Amino acid sequence: MADVLAFAEQRDGQLRGAARETVSAAATLAAEFGGSAHALVLGGPGVADAATELGGFGAASIQVGAHEALADYNPEAYAPVVAERIRAGDYAAVIFPASILGKDLAPRVAAHLDVPLATDVTGLEVQDGELQVIRPMYAGKAFARVTLDATPALVSIRPNVFQPMEREAAGTVEAFEPQVDAGALRLRVRERKGSSGDALDVAEATIIVSGGRGMKAPDNWHLLEDLRDAIGDGTALGASRAVVDAGWRPHAEQVGQTGKTVAPKLYVAVGISGAIQHLAGMRTSQTIVAINKDPDAPIFNVADYGIVADLFDVVPRLTDEVKKLRAEG
Amino acid sequence: MDIIVCVKRVPDTETRIQIAEDETRIDPSGVKFIISPYDEFAVEAALRTVEEAEDGEVTVVSLGDDDAQETLRAALAMGADKGLLLQGEGSTDGLATAKALAAELQGSEAPLILLGVKAADDDQSQVGPMLGVLLDRATVTGVTAFRVEGDTVVCDREVEGGVEVVEVDLPAVLTVTKGTYEPRYASLKGIMAAKRKPLETKEAEAVEGRIRVQQLTYPPERGDGQIVGEGADAVPELVRLLREEANAL
Repeated sequence: MADVLAFAEQRDGQLRGAARETVSAAATLAAEFGGSAHALVLGGPGVADAATELGGFGAASIQVGAHEALADYNPEAYAPVVAERIRAGDYAAVIFPASILGKDLAPRVAAHLDVPLATDVTGLEVQDGELQVIRPMYAGKAFARVTLDATPALVSIRPNVFQPMEREAAGTVEAFEPQVDAGALRLRVRERKGSSGDALDVAEATIIVSGGRGMKAPDNWHLLEDLRDAIGDGTALGASRAVVDAGWRPHAEQVGQTGKTVAPKLYVAVGISGAIQHLAGMRTSQTIVAINKDPDAPIFNVADYGIVADLFDVVPRLTDEVKKLRAEG
Repeated sequence: MDIIVCVKRVPDTETRIQIAEDETRIDPSGVKFIISPYDEFAVEAALRTVEEAEDGEVTVVSLGDDDAQETLRAALAMGADKGLLLQGEGSTDGLATAKALAAELQGSEAPLILLGVKAADDDQSQVGPMLGVLLDRATVTGVTAFRVEGDTVVCDREVEGGVEVVEVDLPAVLTVTKGTYEPRYASLKGIMAAKRKPLETKEAEAVEGRIRVQQLTYPPERGDGQIVGEGADAVPELVRLLREEANAL
């Protein structure tokens, strides 16, 4: 019992970045258990084409279940199929992404299988054959080392923490026929509004440009949008609780204890003073930049680089400098 | 329409936490506890739904020790009708919590069971969807707004960069997040009335958690940062550092 299964998330028939992360993490873990990594891809007809690349991230077997009713995520269709595939294998652990889909799907699968689940995991280690899991609690004010007393151990991993690792082994695609009774689904997705195929949740972004009360008014957000666009792919906007509570920005962008906990490569805090619940939610970012006119703002205590200045002078200048950098290639 | 809302007592999100000596839990002394903010959105959502329908009762349920009575009273002061305390140990294993709740709620005829999308202490985001599976009810997570339409409930869900509109058959379980349901403040009258509202206490079904916290640690300290400069003239140097030193751009 030493194999590890990775749930590989797709949207619109394309694998998401999170899929490479779960498969890479599964391959690392499987090597420690002395087993192999498998990937599970569910989607509409033709999804197998996108799935083959997962072999390059260490999946020895890529199990593909294609069905019309699985093209778009519907938890009532997905959860029983995933649970069935896990039962059919011999898995020590199963890795989900802690994306919006993963956070919805993994608990349902855990309940179907009657095994516990650790959410939003930032570390996976094997000690004396036992899986040790690191996960944040209290939105990152503390980290817990936990063990799961059940097999398989189910975890969902935080985006951007487990890096995709290309590997030589090319896995084989194994198609299976998922059992879905499309007429019996009690949940129906009517529409998706304002979400394009490549839309990123703030928790998945590799770079976050985040604004706080120092932005003064919602009309000023074009400054941050310009900076986001200048930096380019993988960049998302974030917000402090104060500006979400004021109705300036949607809750989906909120970073901190009653919003998202994030760990991007770069976090740019603009006009954010740094309340304790905000710092908890972003302090594991790799690099933090703070732009604030108050030199005593707590955000400077966690920032790697700070500029003490009026953000309305700094941000347009930063956008220009980033554009110059991008133009140079 | 009768609605059940599950609520949890958690440390105030503005609180600095201290890890206890045994390193497996936090030290509760001096910590202010509150109703988990997401659960508060769920209570507000339930109250608004019942008020609009001019029909039904809101029952709040909490699993925890006797201190959770205070949490239930807070929800009763907002306007919930009845409270139920299931006395038991909370666990970071959401499945154990979901099973204890399911043991009580199995057979409930309330068309809607609401929870917060996650508890602001364990951050596991799992009790709601697990409860849905255990009770064999359709479940929607991360709901920012919903309305009942006949035998269904139509929900707005927060997804990447947008909103997903989902329709589910009743009876259902919904987990609620921030968006529409800014919680009301309890009025003095509400607080007085809450003292006289029924609050039942019984022992929770004992379910042993299978997630064990071996050790809690504080997040790693960040290295000393630097102030690159004062004023916009520092921007070119910042960009150079981000590119060459931090490799972040």
